[in-house]
Amino acid sequence: MTHVAEAQAGHAHDAHDHAPQAFIWKYVFSKDHKVIGVQYYVTAMLMAVVAGLLAMLIRVQIAWPPATQEPQTQQVESLRLSPPPAPIRAATDATGSVLTKGYAKMDKGYQMKPEFYAMLFTMHGTIMVFFVLSTAPVSGFGNMLIPLQVGARDMAFPFLNGLSFWTFLPGCVVILLSFFVEAGAAAAGWTSYPPLSALKSAVPGSQMGQTLWIIAMVFFIASFTMGGLNFVTTILNLRTKGLSLFRMSTTMWAMFLVAILGLLAFPALIAGSLLLLFDRHFGTSFYLPAGIILSGKVMPNSGGSPLLWQHLFWFLGHPEVYILMLPALGFTSDIIAAFSRKAIFGYKAMIGAMIAISGLSFVVWGHHMFVSGMSPYLGMAFAVGTILIAVPSAVKVFNWLATLWQSRIQFHTAMLWALGVVSLFISGGLSGVWLGQSAVDIHLHDTMFVVAHFHLIMAGAALFGVFGATAYWFPKMFGRMMNETLGKWHFWFTFITYYGTFFPMHYVGISGQMRRVYNPYEYDFLKPVQDINVFITYCALILGVSQVIFFINFFWSAFKGRKAEGNPWNAAGLEWTTPSPPPHGNWPGEIPEVHRWPYDYSVPDAPQDFVLQTDPSPIGALKPGGGH
Amino acid sequence: MTVSVVSAAETRPPAASRFEALGPGGSPSPSGPGSGPIGSDPARFGLWVLLGSIAMLFIGFTSALVFRRAAADWVPMSAPPLVWINTAVLALSSVALETARRRLRGVRYEGVQTWISVTGLLGALFVAGQVQAWRQLVAQGVFLSSDPHSAFFYVLTGVHVVHVLAALVWFTTVFVRVRRRAYAPGGDGLALFATFWHFLGGLWAYLLFVLFVL
Repeated sequence: MTHVAEAQAGHAHDAHDHAPQAFIWKYVFSKDHKVIGVQYYVTAMLMAVVAGLLAMLIRVQIAWPPATQEPQTQQVESLRLSPPPAPIRAATDATGSVLTKGYAKMDKGYQMKPEFYAMLFTMHGTIMVFFVLSTAPVSGFGNMLIPLQVGARDMAFPFLNGLSFWTFLPGCVVILLSFFVEAGAAAAGWTSYPPLSALKSAVPGSQMGQTLWIIAMVFFIASFTMGGLNFVTTILNLRTKGLSLFRMSTTMWAMFLVAILGLLAFPALIAGSLLLLFDRHFGTSFYLPAGIILSGKVMPNSGGSPLLWQHLFWFLGHPEVYILMLPALGFTSDIIAAFSRKAIFGYKAMIGAMIAISGLSFVVWGHHMFVSGMSPYLGMAFAVGTILIAVPSAVKVFNWLATLWQSRIQFHTAMLWALGVVSLFISGGLSGVWLGQSAVDIHLHDTMFVVAHFHLIMAGAALFGVFGATAYWFPKMFGRMMNETLGKWHFWFTFITYYGTFFPMHYVGISGQMRRVYNPYEYDFLKPVQDINVFITYCALILGVSQVIFFINFFWSAFKGRKAEGNPWNAAGLEWTTPSPPPHGNWPGEIPEVHRWPYDYSVPDAPQDFVLQTDPSPIGALKPGGGH
Repeated sequence: MTVSVVSAAETRPPAASRFEALGPGGSPSPSGPGSGPIGSDPARFGLWVLLGSIAMLFIGFTSALVFRRAAADWVPMSAPPLVWINTAVLALSSVALETARRRLRGVRYEGVQTWISVTGLLGALFVAGQVQAWRQLVAQGVFLSSDPHSAFFYVLTGVHVVHVLAALVWFTTVFVRVRRRAYAPGGDGLALFATFWHFLGGLWAYLLFVLFVL
C-alpha cells in the first residue's frame, strides 16, 4: 500500500476530498456510494415497471388467447372457452394499436402474434432477473449500506463504483432498445438456449434482438464484476475498529457472499456468451450439432452440443438465483431483530446457513437439466445436493421464528415485508424440495409449477426483501420517512394478490400446462384450467396496479415525507449512529468504533431497550450467542 | 475492459485517505486487530479478487473445450511455430519487468526506465506476434470456423490478447509515472502491475497447455 500512498500523497488533499458541489458531479457522475446506490435503485425500479407491464401482457394472453378472442368458426366456439371481458378487450386493443409490431389487426380488434409472446416472456425474465432483482438489492442497497454498516467513508474504489453504474446503464438501454430493432427482441427465453439463440434464422427474435441481448449481458456482467470487487474489498479491508467479521450484520454477510458468488459465477456466462456470439456470427459450432434443418436447408454446423450452453448457463444461473435471494434473507434478519426488539436467534447458525447455501449453489446447477438426458447417477448427485439446501434453509426459517417467538412485534411496514419474505421462503421452498427430486421433476419440468415455485421463492422473496429494505432504510436514503398507511396498503394488496397469482399456478402446472406456450388451450386436456388462469390473471393485474401505491409513496416521501431523525426505529446497528441522510463521508466527525454486534435489543439492565453497536459499556457484552 | 478498470482503481488514492480533511477518523488503516484477515491493502486485495474472476472466465472456457473435444469431429491441430517464439517474448517481458522492479526496490533508479520500456516493447511485440500467428494460420486456410480446435485456438488466444492489450493500457500509466519518478525508490511501486503482468504470462502458459498438450 505504501507505494500507492506515497505516489498519491500529492493528491490526498486535492479538490476530491470535499463533497462535489456541481449538480453533475454530485448527482450524475457521482463517486459517493449513497448517490450511486440510489441511482442503481431508481434505475432498477423503472426497469421493473417495464418488466412488470410485459408480465401483464403475458397474463392476459394466457387467460384469453386469440382463439377465444376471435370466435369465428363453429369449432372454436365449441371449446366453451370464456372470452375476455370488455375492459380487458379494450385494453388489449389499446395495447395492440400502440404495439402494432407485436399485434396483428383482426376483424374485431387486435391479437398478439406468437413471436411477440416469445419476446415478452424472454424479456420479462431477463430484465427482472438481471436488471431488477440483481440490481436493486445488491447494487442498490449493497452500495448504500456497506460503508454505513462497516463504518467506512466510502467504498474501497469510489471511481470504480461510479464507473460500474455507468456501465450498467448502457446495458439497460441496449436491452430496452432491442424491442425496437426490425425483427424484435430476443425470444429464446431468459436462458437463451441454443439452437434458437445460436441460429440467426431460427425465429424473428434470433436475429438482432439476440445479439443485443448478449451485448446487454456483457455490460451487466462487467458492471456487476466491478461492484463485486468493491463489495468484497470494502467488507474485508475497510471495516472500522472493533468490527470483527462475526460482529457484522447479516445483511453485510449476505452482500459479502453475493459478491463472491457473482465474481466466481458470472465469468462462466461471459465465456458462454462469447462462444454463442461466435456461433451466431462467425460460423463456429460450439453449440450447434450436425443435421439442423431450417426452412428445408441443412445447416453446415457439426459436432457442437446445446447441452454445453446449458452447463455454462446454469453454472452461472443457479448461483445467480441466490444472488437475488441472499440479500433479502440478510435484510429480513436485520428488520425482524429491530421490530421484535430481540437479538437475532442463532446468529452464527444464520451466517453458517448463508455460507452453506452459497457453497451448495455451485454444485447443483444440473437440477435445471434433469430432462436433458443426463446419466441417472449424475442426476441423483445433483438431486441430493439440491435437497441438502433444504437444511440450511430450514435453519434460517427456524431461527426467524425463534426470534419472533414471545417477542413484542411492532408491525411497521418494513416488518410486514420481512414477515412476507419468511412466508414466501417457506411456501416457495417446499415446492423446491419437490422439484429437486429428479423423478418428480420429469413430470413437472418446464410446467407452470416451476414458474410458480421460482416466483414465490426467488422473485417474491427478493422483491419483498427490496420493499422491506426500502421501508426500513428509507431514512438513510433520503432523510425522510415513508408514509406508513400507504406502505401498509401496498403491502396487503401485494401480499394477497402475489399469493393469488402464484399459489393456484402450482395446480395449473401439475395439471400439465407448459410454460412459454402461446395458447395452452390448443391442448384439449388444458381447457379445464382456463378458469384458474383467468383468476390468476385478475390477481396479477391487481398486483400490477397496486404497485402504483408504492411509487406514489416513494416519490412523495422522498421529497415531502416527514423528516427523519438519525435513528427513527431505535435500532442498534452502526448505520443508525449517523444523521439521516448521512453527510458526505458518512459520519460528521470521526468514524465510530464498534464494541458489539448490531443485535443488542432488550438487554437486561440497559437504560433503553437497545444498545447501539458503538456503546462501549459492558452491558450485554458478555451475553452468550455471539456479539463479541 | 475490466483490466483498464483496475488501472483506474490503482491510480486512485485509497478511499480513506481521501477523507482526511473530514476528520481524524479517516485513517487509512481502518481495522483493529481481528479484522482484514486477508491483507489490509485494498488495491492489492482487489486486484487478486479480479484475478480470481478472470481465472473463472478461463476455467469456463476450459470446461467448454474439455466438453467439446469429446465430439467425433475434433481434429487436433498443431500449434503454429511462431506461438513458441511469442511465448519466449512474453516470458522475457516478465523478466524485464522483474529487473525493473528489483532495481526500484534496491533504490537504484538508474535502469528502471530502460527495463520498464523493454517490458512494454516486448509486450507489444507479443501482441504483434500473435496477430502474425493468426495471419499465418489464415494463409494456411485454417479459419475460426474450420474445425473446433482452431475455433478454440482463435477464441482463447484472442481473449488472452484482449487482456494483454488492457494491461498495456495500464502499462502506459505505469510508464508515465516511472518517467516522472513518481514511484519512491526503495518501495515496491511496480508490484501491482507486475502481479497482473505475470498472471497474464502464467495464463498464456496454461492456455498453451490446455490447447496443445492436454
